[in-house]
Amino acid sequence: MSARIPLVGKPIERIEDRKLLLGRGSFADDIHRDGMLHAAILRSSVGHGLIRHIDVSAARALEGVHAVFSAEEIGRPVPRIPVRLFPNDGMDPFRQPVIADGKVRFVGEPIAIVIADTPAIAEDALELIEVDIEVFPAVTSIAAAVAGPALLFESHGSNRIFGYEIRRDELADIFETAAYTRRERLYVHRHTGITMETRGVVAEWNAADGYMRCWGAVKVPFANRKILAGMLDLPEDKVEMIEGNAGGSFGVRGEFFPEDFLIPFAARKLGRPVKWIEDRREHLLAITHARDVECDIAIACDGDGHILGIRADMRMNIGAYFRTSTTIAPRNVGQFVPGPYRVPAYSADVAVIASNKSPSGTYRGPGRFEADFFRERMLDLAADDLGIDRVEFRRRNLLTEAELPKPFPAITPNPVVTELDSGAYEHVLDLCLAKANWADKQHLQGKLVDGRYHGLAVCCFVEGGAAGPRESARMVLEDDGTISLYVGSSAVGQGVETILTQIAADAMELPLDAIRVFHGSTTYVKEGWGSYHSRSTVMGGNAVLLAAAEIKSQMLAAGAGLLQCSGQEVSYENGRVIAQHGGSVGLKELAGKDIAFEATFHNSKHTYTYGSHVAHVAVDAETGHIEIVDYVAIEDAGRIINPLTLHGQAVGSIVQGLGGALLEHFVYDEDGQMLSGSLADYLVPLATDFPNIRTSSIELRPSPNHPLGAKGAGEGGTIPVGGLLANAVAAALRDFHVQPTELPLSPDRIWRLVQDAPAQSGA
Amino acid sequence: MKMPQFDYACPSSLEEAIQLLSDNEGAKVLSGGQSLLPLLAFRMAQPTLLVDIQKLAGMDRIEISADGLRVGARVRWCQIEDDKRLATAHPLFQFMINHVAHYQIRNRGTVGGSLAHADPSAEMPGVARVCDCDIVAVGNAGERVIKAADFFVAALETSLQEDEIITEVRFPPWPSGRRWAFHEFARRRGDFAIAGVAVFFDIGSDGVIADAHVGVIGAGDTPIRLDAVEQLLNGQRLDEELIGRARHLASETVDPQSDIHAAGDYRKSLVGTLTARGLRDAASSGAVK
Ligand SMILES: Cc1cc2nc3c(=O)[nH]c(=O)nc-3n(C[C@H](O)[C@H](O)[C@H](O)COP(=O)(O)OP(=O)(O)OC[C@H]3O[C@@H](n4cnc5c(N)ncnc54)[C@H](O)[C@@H]3O)c2cc1C
Repeated sequence: MSARIPLVGKPIERIEDRKLLLGRGSFADDIHRDGMLHAAILRSSVGHGLIRHIDVSAARALEGVHAVFSAEEIGRPVPRIPVRLFPNDGMDPFRQPVIADGKVRFVGEPIAIVIADTPAIAEDALELIEVDIEVFPAVTSIAAAVAGPALLFESHGSNRIFGYEIRRDELADIFETAAYTRRERLYVHRHTGITMETRGVVAEWNAADGYMRCWGAVKVPFANRKILAGMLDLPEDKVEMIEGNAGGSFGVRGEFFPEDFLIPFAARKLGRPVKWIEDRREHLLAITHARDVECDIAIACDGDGHILGIRADMRMNIGAYFRTSTTIAPRNVGQFVPGPYRVPAYSADVAVIASNKSPSGTYRGPGRFEADFFRERMLDLAADDLGIDRVEFRRRNLLTEAELPKPFPAITPNPVVTELDSGAYEHVLDLCLAKANWADKQHLQGKLVDGRYHGLAVCCFVEGGAAGPRESARMVLEDDGTISLYVGSSAVGQGVETILTQIAADAMELPLDAIRVFHGSTTYVKEGWGSYHSRSTVMGGNAVLLAAAEIKSQMLAAGAGLLQCSGQEVSYENGRVIAQHGGSVGLKELAGKDIAFEATFHNSKHTYTYGSHVAHVAVDAETGHIEIVDYVAIEDAGRIINPLTLHGQAVGSIVQGLGGALLEHFVYDEDGQMLSGSLADYLVPLATDFPNIRTSSIELRPSPNHPLGAKGAGEGGTIPVGGLLANAVAAALRDFHVQPTELPLSPDRIWRLVQDAPAQSGA
Repeated sequence: MKMPQFDYACPSSLEEAIQLLSDNEGAKVLSGGQSLLPLLAFRMAQPTLLVDIQKLAGMDRIEISADGLRVGARVRWCQIEDDKRLATAHPLFQFMINHVAHYQIRNRGTVGGSLAHADPSAEMPGVARVCDCDIVAVGNAGERVIKAADFFVAALETSLQEDEIITEVRFPPWPSGRRWAFHEFARRRGDFAIAGVAVFFDIGSDGVIADAHVGVIGAGDTPIRLDAVEQLLNGQRLDEELIGRARHLASETVDPQSDIHAAGDYRKSLVGTLTARGLRDAASSGAVK
């Protein structure tokens, strides 16, 4: 037999795509069950108030309506959504009830649910529900929330509902004695991930077996099963979450939302399957939002541009409630400000602020997009002030390999120890500069060409991945000699099926089509963790390696029996067990031998992909329009399993970052009404908007923390974009002394910065 | 976002369609559906009956003669984009319509629908206004020819009667050699304009501007004409000094509203910027463009 060429590392086209392109995917709305009813949700049209009375009688009386439920029917105390990640008792009073009971705290909060024969009838019935709400003053901006007097949780006495302290070493008197210091107030606006497929739940109750089955699960089916089982008072093994195809997650979709309780509740109550498909307006109003953080930041350097310390005082506006993943961004924004740089002393206080907006949580690069905006802005400002070239300034402060691993600043409460694992930070910076023709383009900085000012900027970033604690994979040798691979990882469109197939095929020395992956559903493995924190390749991939090693030894034992020799006299090669005496058996012959194993990979160490981005922009100072002339990104993701899927992740991630930096913005008015409640007003990048993106991934420093060596990827592209774009615009408009301190870089904002600029260009 | 209940009719004659509209209070015409159907999905419109006009004969043609253009109300954006004759017969019209929306929407959206919808940022109302078009509508009382200047009343409001159906829009002839330009600024390609400025004029044998037209979309509650700027330009030679004054005047003349995409003062400035760019562009266009 010829030597097998490994599949890991090859640009293999996504296994998922054929089925999807042929229209054979199965998304939440593709599920149809006999006797199925449809739900619609009445949502608060008031940002802040007290429900005095709900009259559902007219809605109930409408033909085709089966039931209307509000807090009354759901039963008190109304279940409240738990904090999944880094929960803390201090958050308990601020958790979201699955349906408003008494107070409403944001526009979009569920008040009642209608179950009817069709979605349209259910919506007709919503219009017949009369809700009497006593309207309270709302707070939406951070300043208003901090100032009060309107309080979301009166008994707490303040809209500051939680806080984190992040420290590295002592700042002591650094800011009093440093040769150079600068402080700024910076802000990253509210936006989030817009998934192509909106959320959806189909629930079916089997009364005889006391069994609840839910479709539409994605991202974290096992965690959601646990939450739902608790709320429905069912054992976990009586709740099943089925993951079909998913039109995106981006960290946003797949967390536990009110509807993840309301729909199963209705299905059980009525004894009929119930479907709910979120519409786009609901998605914009009530999906997890993100960012929305203000930072007073100060940097201290010595006269040569070495950073001595950074101090940050941040306020993150998380909206109305803590939900499952709300803790991540305020933690990350505090911990990631130093990034790949040597910041010897660091101190950050992050205040978690409640306001009358949709609750926030994880979105691609949570807290890191914001932290990188704060840091990279300050680096360019400091470099300019000190008269040091912006690249040189970064070189002086990037961590060297000798300084790695490097622990992150410590965070309390809920401390977690993590460290930057490995990387050649400056080397990748150089590769990126070379690819972007940085040196040759310097003469363009600030130059007016054909009516537009050109500017370039460069940033360095790190991306965290591989969240523990465990992930599972089960391999089963089937009768036909193929291997079924059941994984706890979730497919959210990132190509995890392909990746895990490649890893499994190599581990088993088999072709791709000998492996079939089943993912995400809660019946496949005993325990699964899902897809977040760029973890599926690392955690799921290592679990596959463990399972493969075990079933190979099972095959050897079984093969030795069939070949009538001892375990020492057989070896495994390309799907065959071969005996020293020359005989061999293939997988088909081994199939009857109950060969199967479920492995669990444990890991508490994170991986840190890192890299650099360069943006070249042209700014029309009269209209405020920013064109991306060129965008170059390089990241080192450790071991690359599939360059094609990684490339797709990188490009998509950058485009999403550009959307956040330039276009996407949830705007609320003072009363808590959302003004960007449709895709005509909430602007996501279109396929043709950013054609000039060049990204590449390299394998320089595999993660030393686990056998596969891969590092989490997929979020890195987004992380540096905000800071990078703002710096590029500042470079372009340097003659105007324009320094953006807020995102998004909308045309109106850029124009205003030019108008208000302290000095006009010489022209 | 499911539509409320409504009845649907698809008559095959104009008379029948008009009758349906006048017999059913709250009935609405359905053309390409690209504005009306989203309004239904958002339940911002609740018509009792939709009268689909797709079977009405003779409303989907562009006729070109010495008297100008006659564009049927059912003509879709993609037809205008693809019509090679328009490159000379009316380049401004074609160029402006190319800014409307995206491919899929251009395959359905229609001239009559856009006029009747009367979005102040839309290109079709803008081109009708700047070109002094006549809008032809037929109702129970017979045919009416409405000047564009009298047609647009306010945002999403026209002088059409409930039972009137737009059948066509008439453009005055477009002389060859006319100077023209259209500059639009939108957040993304295909979005409704934050502002757009269309200019055209002729240059007489004496080298001065004649018959200047300056129209603006997105900066008022209807498409507007900048009469003052037109007067400033007429009889003058186009040079940078004049462009500067026109720019200033254009900006001063408009009084746009603020929304989440752009504040009023930004839009004001933008109208000046686009006017200046349009004039420069038009000056160099001539017969060649
Ligand atoms: C995503 C998106 C982007 C868009 N971007 C733009 C853009 O950039 N610029 C732009 O101009 N438009 C834009 N549009 C709107 C689009 O051009 C519409 O097609 C157009 O405004 C309406 O034309 P319609 O044929 O679809 O009309 P319909 O939606 O069918 O009807 C619109 C209104 O006109 C009435 N009506 C229709 N025909 C007649 C008639 N013959 N007589 C009397 N009343 C009539 C209807 O009753 C209704 O009130 C966009 C639409 C979408 C969905």
